[in-house]
Amino acid sequence: MDALILQILNGLDKGSAYALIALGLTLIFGTLGVVNFAHGAIFMIGAFCAVTLSKILNLSYETIDPNQTDFLGNPLKVKTPYVESWFGPEIGASLIDWAVPLAIIFSIPIMLAVGYIMERGLIKHFYKREHADQILVTFGLAIVLQEIIKYFYGANPIQTPSPDALSGVANVGAVFGMDIVYPVWRIVYFCFAAVIIAAVFSFLQFTTFGMVVRAGMADRETVGLLGIDIDRRFTIMFGIAAAVAGLAGVMYTPINSPNYHMGMDFLVLSFVVVVVGGMGSLPGAVLAGFMLGILESFASMNAIKSLIPGIDQIIIYVVAIIILLTRPRGLMGRKGVMEE
Amino acid sequence: MSKSTMTRRGVLKTGAVAGAGVALPTIFTASSAAAYTNEPTGGSVTLGFNVPQTGPYADEGADELRAYELAVEHLNGGGDGGMMNTFSSKELQGNGILGKKVEFVTGDTQTKSDAARASAKSMIEKDGAVMITGGSSSGVAIAVQGLCQEAGVIFMAGLTHSNDTTGKDKKANGFRHFFNGYMSGAALAPVLKNLYGTDRNAYHLTADYTWGWTQEESIAAATEALGWNTVNKVRTPLAATDFSSYIAPVLNSGADVLVLNHYGGNMVNSLTNAVQFGLREKIVNGKQFEIVVPLYSRLMAKGAGENVKGIHGSTNWHWSLQDDASKAFVKSFGTKYGFPPSQAAHTVYCQTLLYADACQRAGTFNPCGVAEALEGYEFDGLGNGKTLYRAEDHQCFKDVLVVRGKENPTSEFDLLEVVEVTPAAQVTYAPDHPMFAGGELGSCNPGA
Repeated sequence: MDALILQILNGLDKGSAYALIALGLTLIFGTLGVVNFAHGAIFMIGAFCAVTLSKILNLSYETIDPNQTDFLGNPLKVKTPYVESWFGPEIGASLIDWAVPLAIIFSIPIMLAVGYIMERGLIKHFYKREHADQILVTFGLAIVLQEIIKYFYGANPIQTPSPDALSGVANVGAVFGMDIVYPVWRIVYFCFAAVIIAAVFSFLQFTTFGMVVRAGMADRETVGLLGIDIDRRFTIMFGIAAAVAGLAGVMYTPINSPNYHMGMDFLVLSFVVVVVGGMGSLPGAVLAGFMLGILESFASMNAIKSLIPGIDQIIIYVVAIIILLTRPRGLMGRKGVMEE
Repeated sequence: MSKSTMTRRGVLKTGAVAGAGVALPTIFTASSAAAYTNEPTGGSVTLGFNVPQTGPYADEGADELRAYELAVEHLNGGGDGGMMNTFSSKELQGNGILGKKVEFVTGDTQTKSDAARASAKSMIEKDGAVMITGGSSSGVAIAVQGLCQEAGVIFMAGLTHSNDTTGKDKKANGFRHFFNGYMSGAALAPVLKNLYGTDRNAYHLTADYTWGWTQEESIAAATEALGWNTVNKVRTPLAATDFSSYIAPVLNSGADVLVLNHYGGNMVNSLTNAVQFGLREKIVNGKQFEIVVPLYSRLMAKGAGENVKGIHGSTNWHWSLQDDASKAFVKSFGTKYGFPPSQAAHTVYCQTLLYADACQRAGTFNPCGVAEALEGYEFDGLGNGKTLYRAEDHQCFKDVLVVRGKENPTSEFDLLEVVEVTPAAQVTYAPDHPMFAGGELGSCNPGA
C-alpha cells in the first residue's frame, strides 16, 4: 500500500512537469496553430534562468589566503560572494540559498521576452506553412538553443539545490497513520504546478483578455471581423505559454540537475501528452499529463516490471496507442482540430 | 576549318590507359609496398583522437583532448615534459616518435557507437591515422576497438570501465589502461566491509547497457562474498532522467545499502534523487542506510554537488595523489589549463605515452610490433604505481583508488578524497575468470 501511494505521489510529480509543458504547447497550438517543437528548449531555458541567477548570486571576489595552497601549491585564492559582503554573511548566504525560488521572479520577464522574440522573430513567418515545416523549423530552433546553452554552461549537469528549509523529507502518511516519507521540494513542485495551472485557467476563464483568446481559439476569423486584433493577443499568449514552461523549468532544477539536453528529454513525452489529451484541449493536456505521469510511475514498480520486462520504457506509448485507437481525438479533443 | 579525329571510343581508351598509369604507383605504395595500414612515410606521424566533442560527455571529451594535446606537446619536446620525466622507460626523448614529429587529428564520437566508428574510419582512411585512441563510454570503446582490429591499427582505449572491453570483446589490436568493473568491486569490498560490516542488504540500480551489467555483476559478486545479501537488481533505462520511480521502491524493500551502477548524468540524477528521498538519513534494520557509487568521476561529482559528501566509490586516478608522477602531471596540466586534470585526462595521456614508448621500443609503428612491445610490459612512473599491461587480455593491472565525497571541500576541484589505495595484487584476476570469458583476443592485424 505504501509503495502504491508513493508511486501515485511520484506520478503526480512527474505529471506536474508534463502538464505544465503540455499546457503551454496546447496554448500555442490552440491559439496560433503552430506545432512548437522548441517548447522543450523553453523549459530548459527556464531551468537555466535559475542556474544563471544562482551564478550571479555566487559572483565572488578573490582574496589570497597565504595559509592555504591550491592544487599547484600556490597561495589559495579564497572566494567571497559579493552579496555576502554587501548584505552581510547571513543575508547573503540566505539569498544564495533561496536562489531557485527567487529565480521565479527573475525568469518571468526573461521568459516572456524569449517567447515574444521567438514568435515575432521566427515563428510568425510559418503560420501559413505546413505543420511539417513548422516542426522542422522549431526543432531546428530547439537544437540551436540547446547548443547555445551548452556553449556557455558546458555539457555536464549543474547542481542547483533547493533552499535548505525545503530540501528534507516530509511524512505525508502521518495523517493516515502510515509512515510515507516524500521529498518536500517535490511536494512544493506539485503545489506550484497546481497554482500555475489554476492561474492559467482562471486567466482564460475570468478575464476579458482570456475570453477574447478563447473566442479566437474557437473562431479566429469571426473575432477578427469584430475588429479585435487577435494576432497581438495570440503573441502575448505565446509569451505566457513560454513563461509557464520556463517556470516549470525553474522549479524543476532542484529535482534533477539541469543540463542542456533536458528540454529534449521532456519534449517527446509532452507531445504524447498533448495528443492523448486531445489537440487544442487545455483540460485534456492537464488530465493526460497527470494520468501518464502516474502510469509511468506504476510501470516502474518492480512487481509490474517482473511481469512485463521493459514496460516502464514503453507504457506511455502503449497507452497513447490504445487511447488514440479508441478515441481518435484524444481524451478531450474537439472535432475539427488538426482535421481537414 | 580542321576536322577533329577524336572519337568517343578513343577518348575512353586513352582515359583508361592514362588512369591506369597514374594509379599504378599509388597501388604499389598504398597496398603492395606498405607493410601495414598508414605506415608513416614522411617526417611526421598522425594519431587519431576520437573523443566525445558533442553530447552528454562533451566536457569529459574536452578534458581528454586537452590531455592529448599536452601529450603531443611533450612528445615533440615542448612544455615541461610532464610524466615523460617520471616514466620508468627512458625511450622517449622529446623528438617525436621514432624521430617523426607527432601530429594529430580529432574525431567526435558523440557517445554513439555508429558516429564513433564513422569518425575513427574517417581518421584512418582519410587522415592516415596510425593509431586511434579515446572515448568515454564502453559501448563506444567496444565498437571502435572492433573497427581498429579490422582496419589494422592500434586502439588505445580511453575511459571504458566495462569488463567486456578486455573480456568477451577483447581484441589483439586493442589496449586498455583504465580499470574495470571487477577491479572496482575487488577494491571496494574490503573498505565496505570495514565501514558497514558483513550483514547488509544491497539494492542495485543499474544503467541498462554493457557497462552497467558488468559492473552490477562485479559489485554484487564482491559484496556477496563479504556476506551481503542482494535484495534486488533493477535495470534503469539509459535515457532516464527522473529516478524517483526507481528510488521509491527502495524505501520499503528492506535494503540498507543502495548501489548506483550509474555514470554521467544518470549518476548525478539518481544520486540526487536518492538523497532527496531521505535515504541517507534512513535507519533500516537498525543500521544507517548507505549509498555506494562504484565508479566515481570528479567531473560528474561536481554535478551532484553536496550529495556526494561521504559517499564511497572507486576511481582510476585522482589529482590529489602525492607521488612524483601525479604531481608532475598535475603541474604540467594545471599550469597549461588552470585547473587539475580529470581521471579521463590522465588515462588518455598515459595511453599516448605508452603507445609512443612501445613504438620506440619496437622500432616500428607496425601494429604487430607495437602490440608485442606492449604485451606483458611492466612500467612505473605514470601515477598508478607499478603497472602491468597483461599479454593475455591487454588490460592494465595497477593500484585502484577508493575515494569518498569530501565533507569540507576547499575548492571547486576538491570534491573527492582518497581513502585507500588498493594494491594491484588485490584487484588482479585470472585471464580466464568467468566474468571475462567468452571472447578471443585473436591475432594482431597489421592491415594494408
